[in-house]
Amino acid sequence: MDIRSKALLNYSIALGDDSLMLGHRLSEWCRNGPFLEEDLALTNTSLDFIGRARMFYTYAAEIEDKGRGEDDIAYLRDCREYRNFLINELPIGDFAFTMARQLMVDAFDMGFYAGLTQSRDPMLAGIASKAIKESRYHLRRSEDWIVRLGDGTEESHERTQNAFNELWGYAAEMFEMADDEQLLVDAGIAVDRHVLKTDWTTTLHTVLRQATLKIPKGDWAIGGGREGNHTEHLGFLLAELQFLQRAYPGQQW
Amino acid sequence: MNQQNLPLFEIFIRSKRGLDHRHVGSLHAEDPAQALDYARDVYLRRSEGVSVWVVRSSDITASQESDVESFCDPMDDKPYRHATHFKLPKEVDNM
Repeated sequence: MDIRSKALLNYSIALGDDSLMLGHRLSEWCRNGPFLEEDLALTNTSLDFIGRARMFYTYAAEIEDKGRGEDDIAYLRDCREYRNFLINELPIGDFAFTMARQLMVDAFDMGFYAGLTQSRDPMLAGIASKAIKESRYHLRRSEDWIVRLGDGTEESHERTQNAFNELWGYAAEMFEMADDEQLLVDAGIAVDRHVLKTDWTTTLHTVLRQATLKIPKGDWAIGGGREGNHTEHLGFLLAELQFLQRAYPGQQW
Repeated sequence: MNQQNLPLFEIFIRSKRGLDHRHVGSLHAEDPAQALDYARDVYLRRSEGVSVWVVRSSDITASQESDVESFCDPMDDKPYRHATHFKLPKEVDNM
């Protein structure tokens, strides 16, 4: 496999991992939502992310061409082989934490997938044009909730502020390029992450200000997800996610 | 959050352009904007429609059970109110 195909394989798997971990986290709200309507909305969103993961993994399997399928990639790797950004694997926390993370990710996804629709790789461009429509709705929801919670009661304000303070430093790695990502950018296939930061910052500042929240201090940043260095939470997530495939190998719907 | 405190909204969906909005059910939400978002998640997951209306249930004025006699019973003694009362001339037999 040449360097560019290998980079494309890594890229597809990493994007799939981002989607799968966040989709799994959101699925943990199923039957635990604050009320029925929100429960449905959260799990719908979860399914959007899991759907993206499936498309990226299926494409990765096709590029790799070694007989692995989407399920093998999703379920049969170990912790260090996952490439998702850390923000996507963090536990759901309270509802404010879940929505604060959504705002940060959804605002990022809007810029990222808009860029990816222009990819010279038709498959990635196709996945992106489906994802961007979903992200537009996700962002509408997360913006709405953050304003409601931030500008809500004293308790909801405090919980939302705490959530952003805890999450803020996890944003940084979404704007960093993996080692072999730049060559895909040069080939017009991948999105240049550096240029997405300005719009993201503007969106976040606008929403937080409207929600009467303080912009957290940007004096720390944590990363390493793309190199396979994860938080302690990923192992527990995988234990649940992979249980069925490990106990009953090859099991299908 | 206590769902008891959330107002109820009635949801109307137009399934195709040119058709009427039809009542499909109700849901709880904080305000009309949120009700519209939830209507998407609750009632539009399978391409059921092209347009949604939400109406606060408390804004609907409804007839009462006791009104049935005067509102809904057919006016059987006034058969001329039904189209079937009128004999059509042969020429327009297929109207």
